[in-house]
This record gives sequence, C-alpha cells and structure tokens, in this order.
Amino acid sequence: MPEQNGQNEPQKGLIRRFLDLPTDSVPKTLFVAVSLCLVASMVVSAAAVSLRPIQQVNALRDKQINILQVAGRYDPQANVTEAFSVFEPHVLELATGEFADQFDAATFDDLAAASDPETSIALQDDPASIGRQSKFVTIYLLRNDDGSLDKVILPLHGYGLWSTLYGFISLEANGNDIYGLQFYQHAETPGLGAEVDNPRWKALWQGKKLADDSGNLLITVAKTAPPQGEEYHVDALAGATLTSVGVDNLVRFWMGEAGYAPFLAKLQAGEI
Amino acid sequence: MAQTKRQMLIDPLVDNNPITLQVLGICSALAVTSSLQVSFVMAIAVTLVTGFSSMFISMLRNHIPGSIRIIVQMVIIASLVIIVDQVLKAYAYEISKTLSVFVGLIITNCIVMGRAEAFAMKNPPVASFIDGVGNGLGYGLILMLVGFIRELFGAGSLFGINILQTVNNGGWYVPNGMLLLPPSAFFIIGLLIWAFRTWKPEQVEEPEYKIQVVDAH
Repeated sequence: MPEQNGQNEPQKGLIRRFLDLPTDSVPKTLFVAVSLCLVASMVVSAAAVSLRPIQQVNALRDKQINILQVAGRYDPQANVTEAFSVFEPHVLELATGEFADQFDAATFDDLAAASDPETSIALQDDPASIGRQSKFVTIYLLRNDDGSLDKVILPLHGYGLWSTLYGFISLEANGNDIYGLQFYQHAETPGLGAEVDNPRWKALWQGKKLADDSGNLLITVAKTAPPQGEEYHVDALAGATLTSVGVDNLVRFWMGEAGYAPFLAKLQAGEI
Repeated sequence: MAQTKRQMLIDPLVDNNPITLQVLGICSALAVTSSLQVSFVMAIAVTLVTGFSSMFISMLRNHIPGSIRIIVQMVIIASLVIIVDQVLKAYAYEISKTLSVFVGLIITNCIVMGRAEAFAMKNPPVASFIDGVGNGLGYGLILMLVGFIRELFGAGSLFGINILQTVNNGGWYVPNGMLLLPPSAFFIIGLLIWAFRTWKPEQVEEPEYKIQVVDAH
C-alpha cells in the first residue's frame, strides 16, 4: 500500500499541472480531449455491459410473446416463459424441408445465419427484397396434448415501404390453412403501413388457404379477390399500397419454392 | 444574470420556448409526434439529456479549450444519450422499440447543443442544469401539443386509447392520414408559432429587411 501511495502522489500532481495550464494551450487541449474520451467511453461501456442481460431478456421475451400471439396462445396474465415452453423449436433446412439437427435450436441465431456466407445464399430472384436468405431457419412446432401436431410457426421477413418487416406466420397442421400472421419488427408509416399491426387486419388472415388442391400457391394480399375465391385473398391495407405489396411478396416468397414449400409438402403428407 | 432559478425554469415554456421562439429542434419534433406516448417519452429523454449535459458541460466550462469545445460538448451529450437509450432498452423495451432511432438522434437535437453553447459555457452548474431542464420542458410542451393534435385527428386516439372510433375499427371517424406524416407537424408548429406570437406580440422579430417603397414617376 505505501508504494501505491507513493506512485499516486506525483500523478495527482501531474493532473493538477495539466489543469493549471492555460485552457487554450496545445497540451491542455490534448489532455482534455484524451481524458474526456477515456471517462466517457468508460461510462458508456459500463452502462452497456451492466444493462445487457436485462436487454437480452427483454428481446427474447418480446419474440416469445409474438410467437405466442401468432399461435393464439398469448395470455397477458400468464408467465411468458412457461407458456412458451410448450413450443418445440427446430432448425429447418429450407431446401430439403428436413430438420437440421447439427444445430441446437436453443442457440441458433437466424440473423447471423442469414449474413454468414457458409449458411446463406445471395438471392438472384428476390421478390421479398431480402438480399441474402439463410439456408436454415428456426421454426416452432406446437403439439396437442396427445402429441399430434397442432400448428407450425414459421418466421418470415421482407421489405415493405420503408423497412424490412419481420414476422411469423402460423399454419394449421395440414400445412395449408393459415391461422395467423404477425410482424414483430417493422418501421412502416404509422396509421397507414403500420396498420399491419391492427388486430382487425391480422384477423383477416385466419382461415385463409395458401394453395388450392393442386398445389398452386394462390394466397395474395390485394384490393380485389383473385378469381379462385375469397379464401385465398386478404384485403390490402387502405392507403398503404406499397406495404401491402411488400407483405404479399414476402408471404408468397416464403410460402413458395424458395421458402417453406419442401417443408409444407412434408407437412401435408403428414410426415412431421 | 438577473434571472431567478424559477424564471429560468418557467421562461423556456412560453416566453423563450426553444421551438416556437428559438426555432430549434424542429426536425425531431416532426419525427416523433405522430403519437402522444412517443412524444412523452421523447420529451422526458430530451429534458434529462439537456439538463445533465448542460450541468456537466458547465462543470467543465473553465477547462474546455475553445478550439475543441463543440466536440467536447458532443462527446458529453452523446454519452448521455447512449445511456438513456440503454436504460430505455432495459426498462421500457416496448417504448424503445417505437422510438427506435429517434433516441439516438437526440444527439443531433439542436436544443441540447444550443443550450450548451449559449448558456452552460458561461454559467454555473446548478443554473445550467435548471436552464437545460426548463428548455427540455419547453420542447416537451410543444411536442405534447403537436402530438395531441396529430394523434387525435390522425389516428382518433390519445395515448393509444381510442377517443374517436375510426372507420378501420368499425366506427365513424375517417382519420386524416396526412396528420400522421411528418410534414403535417410543420403546419401545426407554424400555426403554434403564429398563435404564440399573437398572444405575446413581443416575440415577433424585427424584419431584417424592409421592402423599399419607391414613388412612381
């Protein structure tokens, strides 16, 4: 301890010497710049590091709430983690529709996978404007009490007007009937494009079908219903043409051949 | 400084309002006022940042070299903003999601810099803190007024609670979509400045130029 005091003594004197310099001199300017940056960076990193665990819990909770909502299992009173534990996460290889068991679903990071050249592909034909598509995604299965499949929850994303919309679609076990669609992250115009969050609009998706009996993908978000009928049509948002087109593109992209089609085929064949 | 502390706090609300008189911080006032809740959080965040940044800058004012003073102010302001952002993400996750980039943009809010340059560099810490808080509150007041008008008539709700049942939700009110877009805030702020200056004519600025009147030959 005494040695340390001995070291501190002249150091204090050093700071004092700098502080006593004329304010506009070069050494003082350098001293103020360096010490301010040091102090500021320490304060900022301390705040960031100490709050990170709470933030991660928040982000995870938010995602879980969205999955619960899209599956119609959300109860604001209930414990989120507990309610979420009934969901079965799996990492899915899109091209084959098989579960990729080399990844642990609990730790698999979809966002990182989508930017890693090892696990993603640059899209040539890219209607959803996402640039790179991950070959693997985390999906969630929801089972009935007897172990039979109830719903599948599939993540999807694509570009709207201002922003990429990230969301989940939930399908019934037959792989064709839509149960719900919900976006958990987007920056569309409030009141117009952001009406994708309107419960009334989200409710329109329930009971719609993706494809007809011969497997043609017909689901569309448009002003008027396609000739094949209302059951493949979700009314577009009034005043938000580009967001609606974006949602249409992204749903059709992810439900199509480049997306979940191989997995949906397996689902329809009852292989999951 | 003949101003009392009380005056320092009250003055920026109406008589020396940062938005309507100093015409600072317009950009963020356009961006965040489409809903009251966001305006409210933004108002609190800006008030805290302006108050504390003014205080810290004032504490250091005798040691800040003139040549780097703007950068020094920016470093202090930016650090405070990052802390506010991190705290929001940890304790008000939903709101931080709606505010998204706007919290970060407090750094570029002219009011914070304006008070640092105009007041905190020349006044003691406590007075600077009060001045910063006062200006933050003045900014917040306008934000809330604009947010009130925009959310009520643009979305038919206040703080997210339905007041006017909109057509989208099966009601009667056809919302004015333009009010939800940033340009509408220009009109509202313009009208507010007009109202303020009609109420307090001493806020009207002297014209910088007079149009010369020349007698016709």
